[in-house]
Amino acid sequence: MLDFFAVDSLLTSEQRAIRDTVREFVDAEVIPNIRTWWDQEEAPVSLKDKIGALGLFGANLPEKYGCAGIDNVSYGLINYEFERGDSGLRSFSSVQSALVMYPIYAYGSEEQRQQYLPELAAGRLLGCFGLTESDGGSDPGAMRTRARRDGDGWLLNGSKMWITNSPVADIAIVWAKDDEGVVRGFIVPTDTPGFSAPKIESKMSLRASITGEIVLQDCRVGAEALLPEAKGLKAPLGCLTQARYGISWGALGALEAVYISARDYAATRTTFGKPIAGRQLVQDKLVRMITDHSLGLLMSHQLGTLKDAKKMTFPQVSMAKRNNVRVALNGARAAREILGGNGITTEYPVIRHMLNLETVDTYEGTHDIHTMIIGREITGIGALE
Amino acid sequence: MAAIWVYSEITAGRPAPVALELMSKAAELGEATVVLFGKDAAAAATVAGQFGAAHAVIDPREEYDTHLAPAAVDTLAALIRERQPALLLFATSYDSRDVASRLAARLDCGVISNATGLEADGDGFRVLTPWGATTVAVCELTAPGTKFVLVRPKAFTAVENGGTCTVEEVSGQIDAASTAIKVTDTVEEIAQGPVLSDSKVVVSGGRGLGNADNFGLIEELAAALGGAVGASRAVVDAGWRPYGEQVGQTGVTVKPDVYIACGISGAIQHLAGMKGSKTIIAINKDPEAPIFKNADLGIVGDALKILPQLIGEVKKG
Amino acid sequence: MRILVCVKQVPDPNTVIYQIDPQSKRLVRDGVANVLDPGAEVALEAALQLAENDGNSTVTVVTMGPEDAEDALRRALAMGADDGVLITDDGLAGSDTLSTAKALAATIKEVGFDLIFCATESTDGYSGMVPGMVAELLGIPHLSFIRSLEVANGVLTGQRVVALGYQTVECPLPLLVAIASGSHEPRYPALKGIMAAKRKKVEEYSLDDLGLAADSVGESGARERVLELRPVEERQAGVIVEDDGTGAAQIAALLRQRGII
Repeated sequence: MLDFFAVDSLLTSEQRAIRDTVREFVDAEVIPNIRTWWDQEEAPVSLKDKIGALGLFGANLPEKYGCAGIDNVSYGLINYEFERGDSGLRSFSSVQSALVMYPIYAYGSEEQRQQYLPELAAGRLLGCFGLTESDGGSDPGAMRTRARRDGDGWLLNGSKMWITNSPVADIAIVWAKDDEGVVRGFIVPTDTPGFSAPKIESKMSLRASITGEIVLQDCRVGAEALLPEAKGLKAPLGCLTQARYGISWGALGALEAVYISARDYAATRTTFGKPIAGRQLVQDKLVRMITDHSLGLLMSHQLGTLKDAKKMTFPQVSMAKRNNVRVALNGARAAREILGGNGITTEYPVIRHMLNLETVDTYEGTHDIHTMIIGREITGIGALE
Repeated sequence: MAAIWVYSEITAGRPAPVALELMSKAAELGEATVVLFGKDAAAAATVAGQFGAAHAVIDPREEYDTHLAPAAVDTLAALIRERQPALLLFATSYDSRDVASRLAARLDCGVISNATGLEADGDGFRVLTPWGATTVAVCELTAPGTKFVLVRPKAFTAVENGGTCTVEEVSGQIDAASTAIKVTDTVEEIAQGPVLSDSKVVVSGGRGLGNADNFGLIEELAAALGGAVGASRAVVDAGWRPYGEQVGQTGVTVKPDVYIACGISGAIQHLAGMKGSKTIIAINKDPEAPIFKNADLGIVGDALKILPQLIGEVKKG
Repeated sequence: MRILVCVKQVPDPNTVIYQIDPQSKRLVRDGVANVLDPGAEVALEAALQLAENDGNSTVTVVTMGPEDAEDALRRALAMGADDGVLITDDGLAGSDTLSTAKALAATIKEVGFDLIFCATESTDGYSGMVPGMVAELLGIPHLSFIRSLEVANGVLTGQRVVALGYQTVECPLPLLVAIASGSHEPRYPALKGIMAAKRKKVEEYSLDDLGLAADSVGESGARERVLELRPVEERQAGVIVEDDGTGAAQIAALLRQRGII
């Protein structure tokens, strides 16, 4: 692990062991294949059984639901290593863990937990999370998807956009407004009549991640589909906090990948008689990258410590997500520049991470949205309202 | 003259090639005695005489072929205790390591493995073993009694002098417990193309090839050049290639006319098995890879890109 | 069956380095972490698979090394071994292969076993002497270079790698087997295994516990001595070029010059 500030020394031996196992997994199973997957728009769905067997889905949820029951720093390190491989892989697992397993755990009935969590943890079931709609991701309260009472069940109508994993998912967590206009969550099996999930084609980012829509046309689900404890927008937003937490670590993994690539390239690329690593302008870029990485890692580690102590606040998560993703994106752009022409082919990991990070900067709360969340926190005045 | 014994495995009715190398060296440093066990021992003794052995001690019973090391250890231990040669040489090989390790434990004597050189030093001997990439350690065995040294293949040259040796047949006492192991079948697997250890051209691949499938390029180039395929320990460990293709300190030692290393960083362990090649060509993405320090021609680049072009060039002739 | 696996901690062959040495212009490789020997992981994997198929076996990992060699044991426990034994004593530092084998054999006698697994050789030392020595000291047979095996009715049957293929071998237990590298793909420690490992028992043995005299092992008991270090005869430095698209052609030119094509 790239670790200029010896964050390793803050980790327990179990945290290190978990990090190492994921790192080895990514080095062996992802890095050798990711270029092909990305080039051919192939999601890492084939890894689901292995990820499940390692216990990496929903790893911070309790053991009694078939999960690993690990602490949140360890959970962050998993995201770090996954995204060092590719943001698509981290998205694949983030969605399953933070946006599908977490809401079932946090807002579901005991029966729903028992039914779904062990299967999702093992990778035998895949899930997706339907919140965002095409009219504006940053304003989920304006959602148009409706859940109407239909006998003892519900009739779902509407559509969702930019849904990671939706074309390959077995279940979808769908958010819709009920007759009273309250946001409710539903566990919808994707083979339910009236449910379809067309794939979104021709992405130039997160190509190793499958993204789709969710279309609900008189999609009828029973009473057992409702997440009983999810009432109001704060439920899906609570999920997003979990996912953003993971992303704050993940982005640093991507930053490590582009930094290592750029540094190694600079050390060997000779112009005008010496390696470009010896040029001030190149050193400046590399130093910014490793400084940003060090700052980000310290922040995420502290965020995880706060989360384990149940003292983490959502504006803190916003700050970590906002900062770490943006510095990773800037680092990737700088790395791309250092690699010159070689920076534009997927032979090197840099342009792949750079393009991925454009999405990561936008999803799960855009950079600007997080600015306003933090702005409201420190001034007490909401710029969003 | 110092009595130097060589424990020789027998392959196809002859001493193993590396044993002939050891006999020639033993004859240079002292009086060479070869020890041969198994059903072809008598025939092998004749060949041993032509390569420097002055004496052969043979026990031509089939027990040794079916029961592996423990049987040989029983007979050898008795012979060593009785005759106390100064030095006992083994090859660093599959079977000889098993014999040497058990024998050393039984006789409580020191053993040096992976030797690449041997020098006389007064009454004693100095043993050279590689220590890292740039250093050779000159060692001596300090414990009393017979010294055991395991020598890497191709460390010495086998010299045929057309001589003959005396042959003494013994019938060692094999303990009942030493016949517990039974070899019930032997299957040959690696057949196509030249034998790796003797091929004039070797094309080897390592981790840098990315995955096992890309080894197809190595096979294609080796076939086009009429050479053998080799592999680094890392890819053998990863299960990409069979152990028989491993070039290095463990595995096969090669000294071909041309050695082409593709995506191999050149760990010390690997270099030990191929540094004696006449011409070394290396392809690696990492310009810092140690393999380049040993290469006559090093190309800093992607083997996956260069190999198809090279195969095309070779096929052009 | 009581299965023992002898493992070793070695310097990590793959470590992330973030510094370049200004003088040598090479990556700084100091402070390389220690890891469980990859060869030992293969042997452990073979043992775990056997124990899982058997259903009625325990796997104990044994190592000799400094205190922090316990990390290697924890890794093995995380992979699925049931408990561990750490032989650690300042007097063991600098042990040669036979002294190492003596300490291991003395411990194994204390612990008890039906079947012992080792790697064929360690990734750092490569001598390949220890498995045979341990077996000899325990008075049991050993089979080296085993790539697959099964145990039925107290007899182990396996394939033993030889230069051109394999031998089918059989031997009744007790027995020591040295597993061929690359023959079994070691599992990654799953998170549950990592969490469970910290609760598993690791027993420590010192020289006193084993009744071994301090001067019979370690530095003082070594049977060999390094007299001098000599530089290796360096090969003549060759030509190193960056591939600008003509790399293949340059190789082909050299091959033509050498008469290979």
